[in-house]
Amino acid sequence: MTVHVTSPSPALPPPASSVGIVGWLRKNLFSSIPNSIMTCVGLYILCRFIPPAINWAIFQADWVGTTKDACTSDGACWVFVGVRIKQFMFGFYPSSEYWRVVTAFSLVGVLVAWLLLERTPKKGLVSGFTVFCYPVIAYFLFYGGSFGLPAVETHRWGGLMLTLILATIGMFCALPIGIILALGRRSSMPIAKSLSVIFIEFWRGVPLITVLFMSSVMLPIFMPEDLQIDKLLRALIGIVFFQSAYMAEVVRGGLQAIPRGQYEAAEALGLSYWKTMFFIILPQALKLVIPGIVNTFIALFKDTTLVLIIGLFDLLAVVQAAFADPKWLGFSVEGYVFVASVYWVSCFSMSRYSQHLEKKLHTGHAR
Amino acid sequence: MTTAQAQISDEVMVELRGVNKWYGDFHVLKDINLKVYKGERIIICGPSGCGKSTLIRCMNRLEEHQKGDIVVSGITLDDDLKRIDRVRRDIGMVFQQFNLFPHLTVLENCCLAPIWVQKKPRKEAEAIAMKFLTRVQIADQASKFPGQLSGGQQQRVAIARSLCMNPSIILFDEPTSALDPEMIKEVLDVMVDLAREGMTMLCVTHEMGFAKTVANRVLFMDAGEIIEENEPNEFFDNPQSDRTKLFLSQIL
Repeated sequence: MTVHVTSPSPALPPPASSVGIVGWLRKNLFSSIPNSIMTCVGLYILCRFIPPAINWAIFQADWVGTTKDACTSDGACWVFVGVRIKQFMFGFYPSSEYWRVVTAFSLVGVLVAWLLLERTPKKGLVSGFTVFCYPVIAYFLFYGGSFGLPAVETHRWGGLMLTLILATIGMFCALPIGIILALGRRSSMPIAKSLSVIFIEFWRGVPLITVLFMSSVMLPIFMPEDLQIDKLLRALIGIVFFQSAYMAEVVRGGLQAIPRGQYEAAEALGLSYWKTMFFIILPQALKLVIPGIVNTFIALFKDTTLVLIIGLFDLLAVVQAAFADPKWLGFSVEGYVFVASVYWVSCFSMSRYSQHLEKKLHTGHAR
Repeated sequence: MTTAQAQISDEVMVELRGVNKWYGDFHVLKDINLKVYKGERIIICGPSGCGKSTLIRCMNRLEEHQKGDIVVSGITLDDDLKRIDRVRRDIGMVFQQFNLFPHLTVLENCCLAPIWVQKKPRKEAEAIAMKFLTRVQIADQASKFPGQLSGGQQQRVAIARSLCMNPSIILFDEPTSALDPEMIKEVLDVMVDLAREGMTMLCVTHEMGFAKTVANRVLFMDAGEIIEENEPNEFFDNPQSDRTKLFLSQIL
């Protein structure tokens, strides 16, 4: 006879071998014979290379001193980086004016932190200030020429400072331009649509090096004599247009993923095109393509090193220039490792922040 | 069974005169003539692909008709965006797939259009939203996201969202078709309630029990035409055309 049980049967704990450290190891590292072999090979390679690298970079390295003679051990000679650090940071910016750069970056650091952290008050006011007032303040701090600040020509800017300026302005401008282009490309208005398509396909079809080269060499030839645009500005415009074309395609991917019903619901409520985009479509589309946007940001950040071919001294170019110093010959490895770690830390932070953002913005609608 | 005894006035809310629509070569609406009076509850049924959804979607211009006139609350629908906007403010719509905005909370879903279309102050919009959320019995979920609610709850939020715009007509496009069986009733209850209060409703649905309870007219459509039109009891007990008889025999 069948017995009908009215209450659900109690939940039992999972078997001990499938949980805890042992369970994790079994599942992830030793689940099969090939997996076990690969785990062992991997461990061997790690043991072989990691300790020597750490030894070279940290334990046997020389950290203090002012000349090459301080580097006596077998390890890395960080003295080289230490002696040159100011130049790596500021390029040929006059040392008496360093405080201006530091102030400008500290200010933007505070503003960005204010906007990124949760539970800070007056976000609207701060973002307005960041978008409209900060660029003006930063311009006068970096370039000077008024308010009693001596002008510092852009060809004296360099190092990490130049890299950050290029990258920040690039990201700051490429995203909104990219969004407008993506909306234009999906627009039903033929002129807006074809202009966007032409712009995107043109800038996406040429290599960034060509763009930079054209902006610095060819453009001045075609321009009238009396109209001189700053070389850095020309490079920046090239970078922004180039990256906004990529950004447009990333954003378009997000726009296309939004179901038709979202547009219809917004239309049925009487929302206009721009309000529909701003409140309904873009927040969802941009959230979907955060990985793609950050990918483009990271690419942009690293691509700024290409400006060295047009004679702008970004971080990489300044470090490379230092290799030529006869007093410090033979320390290129330390220089490159330093540059690589600066880039890696920056890009990795962006990547982590984007993952945090994806988690934060997830509203559980993926069912 | 108590029928909704709301008053039907002789004020015409929606009028369609010789409306035709094509999707490419496919003639989806053929010479539709229809007058909807204030306070009417009209059920539109028919086999799938007969043009019933298209018909109500033309009334708020989610779909464009190519021939004929559609007049909603005295406004003729054409390419003029201002007029389309005015019509849309006056017509609410509830969709089969709910179409709530997944990135906004339930309360924000309801407040968005009152704030940005009707320019109401946020406080007032929230008060109105809470009133209607209470009415569809979901006020306790106001701060949740749509993805955290069941289908039936989401559809009730969608109804509250359209009510927040204080519409004179609500269009329902198969509001219960995407729901699990046990959730259909909670949505229908809300709709019956609305009908009792005299809301003008056009509803595309296959819920014949609902049709009998609230409708004052049932339209049967097939192949883009209104084949038959009658009050519900007559429609179900004494269908006139063969196509209606065939359809009713398949769904009942």
